[in-house]
Amino acid sequence: MRTDRIMRRGVAALAMASAFGLLVACGGGGSSTSQQPPPTGNNVQALTVNGGPAAGVDYIDAAFTSVTVCVPGSSNCATVDGVLVDTGSVGLRLLASAIPSLNLPQLAGSGGTTYYNCVDFVDGTYLWGPVAQADIEMAGEKASSASLQLIENPTGFSVPTACSQGGVNEDTLSALGANGILGVGNYPQDCGPACQSSTSPDVYFTCGASGPCSSSTIMVAQQVTNPVVGFATDNNGVIIEMAAVDGESATASGQMVFGIGTQSNNSLSGYTVYPINSNGFFTTTFNSQDLTESFIDSGSNGYFFPDASITQCSGGSIAPGFYCPANPVSLSAQNKAESGAENTVNFTVDNAVNDFNSFGADAAFANLAGPNGSTDCGGGSPCGFDWGLPFFFGRNVFVSIDGQPVPSGAPAAPWWAY
Amino acid sequence: MKSLIVSLAVVVSLFSAKSYAALGGDAASVEADRAHMNAQRQATQSAAYTLHELKTDNGTVVREYLSASGSVFAVAWQGPFVPDMQQLLGSYFEQYSNAVKANKEVRAGRHPLDLQLPGLVVQSSGYMRARHFRAYIPQQVPAGVKKAELQ
Repeated sequence: MRTDRIMRRGVAALAMASAFGLLVACGGGGSSTSQQPPPTGNNVQALTVNGGPAAGVDYIDAAFTSVTVCVPGSSNCATVDGVLVDTGSVGLRLLASAIPSLNLPQLAGSGGTTYYNCVDFVDGTYLWGPVAQADIEMAGEKASSASLQLIENPTGFSVPTACSQGGVNEDTLSALGANGILGVGNYPQDCGPACQSSTSPDVYFTCGASGPCSSSTIMVAQQVTNPVVGFATDNNGVIIEMAAVDGESATASGQMVFGIGTQSNNSLSGYTVYPINSNGFFTTTFNSQDLTESFIDSGSNGYFFPDASITQCSGGSIAPGFYCPANPVSLSAQNKAESGAENTVNFTVDNAVNDFNSFGADAAFANLAGPNGSTDCGGGSPCGFDWGLPFFFGRNVFVSIDGQPVPSGAPAAPWWAY
Repeated sequence: MKSLIVSLAVVVSLFSAKSYAALGGDAASVEADRAHMNAQRQATQSAAYTLHELKTDNGTVVREYLSASGSVFAVAWQGPFVPDMQQLLGSYFEQYSNAVKANKEVRAGRHPLDLQLPGLVVQSSGYMRARHFRAYIPQQVPAGVKKAELQ
């Protein structure tokens, strides 16, 4: 039967990916296969896909880790677990309520004001809060006096509309589904030079103790930073190494390795590099169309791509925003590499409503997918393929950081590799 | 430069009732958006509409589609930073905002936005610093215009 064959082919592809991961990893300390050893090495941080820390919230296809933050230069620290690992954003953002007893210094602006930071996500949600500074520690690595965002709804004044943009504030554990977000994407800061030269990005604000707030410029060095670039070594990127998931699983495990080509366990050798263009994308070919706004993002909890032929789950179902084909669909797409060569990725799309009904307690779904905005991709109209966390299952995915050194022979960052 | 500012002020005051509305607004609302975003404007005429492209100083490009009858039936933007959504969506902002909130209440997770609302379609994709957004009024898209053109 067609479905059965499709499913077995999907499993075979994952098994091959796992074997490949093993071969590559055996020269170093870590393995990325389903037999996860405890993380070892000063640059290896454990990850888990477990539904997240919020009671009653099953945050599916999301990888979580723990982060230690300390008042700079002190041993006054707190370790926060349930922090979402997001290669699609930059900077550490922690719920202020997750570190109630840690009094991190906040970044002062002029005239007695405090710097605040805003991030808007594609789904219309946003995070607001003061910029604080901390020593950020993971595995054996430390970023000293790094700027981060404390997620906190202000008291005494309102979030500026230039930040809220009509969206939803995720300032609580239940709304965020996490204690914070660890953005380890392809850039060193969440804004960069644009926020040093202009207030127009509306990413940074200065606010008085009881308001008002106004958009502000801010030096690059003071911006919310990718903690990885603050490490003394292993500071040019990360590798996300997730175990394979066969269909559905209660949990999935993995690890994040800091640095690329800096130690024996993070060599780029044997992997293919996919450069990121100046708009932040690469090209995926799908259904004979070039999707020129494609990207890899551990913070997206599914495969998201335009395909008008696949039935979407209804808005009133338990899985709005996902696909609901009558039977699992086997598909493939090609990612364009540096050399111009194409790498074929095979994947399966399950009926998300059926998956959630049948495996409601599970947190890891390998075949979860949904639409990605416009399906009108003809005539040069840019569409994109969002390779979310299911893509990471059974793979080692490298995320290099713009402006940081790369291993000999590799193109200048930023790029992805797998 | 001074005369430009003066003439702009006149335009804004003449159409002040609609100056805060691009989507569903008129030609003056496009100019109001340009002024609000301090952007450079370039217009391209095609058979069914005029495309107004507004380039901001931060790399985000806003595109507004003005029909032959003088109504903005689609807006889109692409780039690293979110423009002023209330300015851009005008009278559709509240409908958008309510739909985003309803959409969010369903479950935790983060993925692209695809809102098919009565009289309004909103689609948003990308990730931090690499974003793409469009909103259009299906009933007002001129005959013969493909959705793929609205980007």
